[in-house]
Amino acid sequence: MATDAVLSLGRSQRETFGLAVAELARDNLNVVVLDADLANSTKADIFAAAHPARFLQMGIAEQNMVGVAAGLATQGFIPIVNTFACFAVYRALDQVRVLVAQPHLNVKIAGAYSGLLTGFTGKTHQAIDDLSVMRAMPGMVVIAPADEAETRASLRAAIDYVGPVYLRLTRDPGPVLFAGEDTFEIGRARWLRDGSDVGIFSTGQQTTRVLAAAEILGRRGIQASVIHVPTVKPLDADLIRRAAQRTGRIVSAEEHLVVGGLGAAVAEVLGEQGSAPHLRLGILDTWGESAANDDLLERHGLSVERMVESIERFLCSDSPDPGAAAHE
Amino acid sequence: MTGTPPGTPAGTIGGAAPIGSPGQIDVAELQAVARRARRLVVQSVARAGAGHLGGPLSAVDVLVALYFRVLNIRPDEPMWPGRDRFIMSKGHSAIGQYAAMALRGYFPVAELDTFDRIDSRLQGHPDMALLPGIDMSTGSLGMGLSAGIGIALGARLRGTPEHTYVLLGDGECQEGQVWEAAFVGARYGLDNITAIVDANNLQQYGWAGSAIETRLPPWGPEALAGQWAAFGWTVVEADGHDFADIERALWQARGGPGPAIVIARTIKGKGVSFMENRFDWHARIPTDVELTAALAEIDGD
Repeated sequence: MATDAVLSLGRSQRETFGLAVAELARDNLNVVVLDADLANSTKADIFAAAHPARFLQMGIAEQNMVGVAAGLATQGFIPIVNTFACFAVYRALDQVRVLVAQPHLNVKIAGAYSGLLTGFTGKTHQAIDDLSVMRAMPGMVVIAPADEAETRASLRAAIDYVGPVYLRLTRDPGPVLFAGEDTFEIGRARWLRDGSDVGIFSTGQQTTRVLAAAEILGRRGIQASVIHVPTVKPLDADLIRRAAQRTGRIVSAEEHLVVGGLGAAVAEVLGEQGSAPHLRLGILDTWGESAANDDLLERHGLSVERMVESIERFLCSDSPDPGAAAHE
Repeated sequence: MTGTPPGTPAGTIGGAAPIGSPGQIDVAELQAVARRARRLVVQSVARAGAGHLGGPLSAVDVLVALYFRVLNIRPDEPMWPGRDRFIMSKGHSAIGQYAAMALRGYFPVAELDTFDRIDSRLQGHPDMALLPGIDMSTGSLGMGLSAGIGIALGARLRGTPEHTYVLLGDGECQEGQVWEAAFVGARYGLDNITAIVDANNLQQYGWAGSAIETRLPPWGPEALAGQWAAFGWTVVEADGHDFADIERALWQARGGPGPAIVIARTIKGKGVSFMENRFDWHARIPTDVELTAALAEIDGD
């Protein structure tokens, strides 16, 4: 469980992925990793060194890589396709759709360098609607872990689960939320902090910033519930409904477009029962750019301070359109 | 696997006796099976009022040769792990594959009546989630060879002997993913996969030819052969409507070196004169009069 203390910096999700997949493959001989020439960025090179025969270099050709993974899955392997999220999700989208999702094959797609924080690569490399795209695919499990421990646990869960999984991984180290814990379950959201004034839903590494924002809000007299939703699909609809009932007003925050992502998924659930006022924090209908992480978070209203401001304004506002007000 | 397996007569496939051997299906019988398959293709598409004709008809002889002579399969046990794999990468020719499978005993021929109907296992494009014996779902062109490479790599990792066959269209080779798969197959020197191109030299709309009924791919079969060779594949050419030649080519291809491709020269719409070599029969539905004429021609061929 998250603590009130200042969170220490953990290992990056990419390095955690490389270490964890190498470790999990020691016991599970069906695990193979496919790379499209980025292994020393995505840290699949850790796996390559540990299990050279099961590391399959596919070259700079992601569409074929996804197809090869589908073929391997029919042979009983558990192929883990690893490249930047943008290439797996966009360039190879039809291959994921036709060869993986439609036949429901046991392929895991580990999308590295997801979201805005991609290391100065800019809009071409920023997968900012990967959750929308993958969530729209019938039968696809979509997971965005928050930290090192959850990355390891969700990778294990993805390998144990039989069927297609998209794992959204980030590049840079973030705070430790779940030190030593391994309680991730596909489809289960986690109520990390309780408060009755507002319910904040978040996914991926953004949850570490949301928790910090909730602490600041708490000191200013606003008690927020924080619900971490690592599995964007299937969604933990019950927990989302309970949190909305407890707080009356809700916020969603994601390092992702506001179109189609977690906020949209939450709105779909709550809209069916009469919606609560909902502030959606995320990238508005625009592209990213190459810049320092902090500058990008600030620009798109996703830094701790900007989220605090937006949420305070949202709670003080009687505007019938609080989302629009917050984004002025 | 390269060369002739021990104890296998030269010129035969996978241990099968030569065409015409006692107890084996012979060329005349294969031709009879192909006629039935063509009849079923035309009838099924006409009944469904949907589907494709030109491509399935050009591929029928290759499909019959594979299912009746080449593939090591158990139709009554379609998921048998040791089976040779077959991927219909040109998925719009699914009805040709279904006809061959039905005649080979995978499912009753009567089930072809359900083609393209609600709840049918026989979808417009092959669906492995519905029909046992389909080794990969296809439909979006250019994808099947990649899956075949994955199966072949998997067989190599496991040390199992199954061989993988992938049927592509010549038009399909315009998809970039085909060439992504081609370089990977060559880079890994996979000798347990054989691609086959149904080189009927027409496509849905393509480029205008000299005759009004032709719409052409950018290259003919000769250029295609050179392109595959340049990507490191062993290229074998064949007459895609001559059973002995198809079988000869497939066996030669098994000998490598490395991954091999059979360029099977075919005629789009083969077997129905007024459909042959005409691009507009790619996906046209025959009228009642055309259906009667087509079936009479196939039966009398």
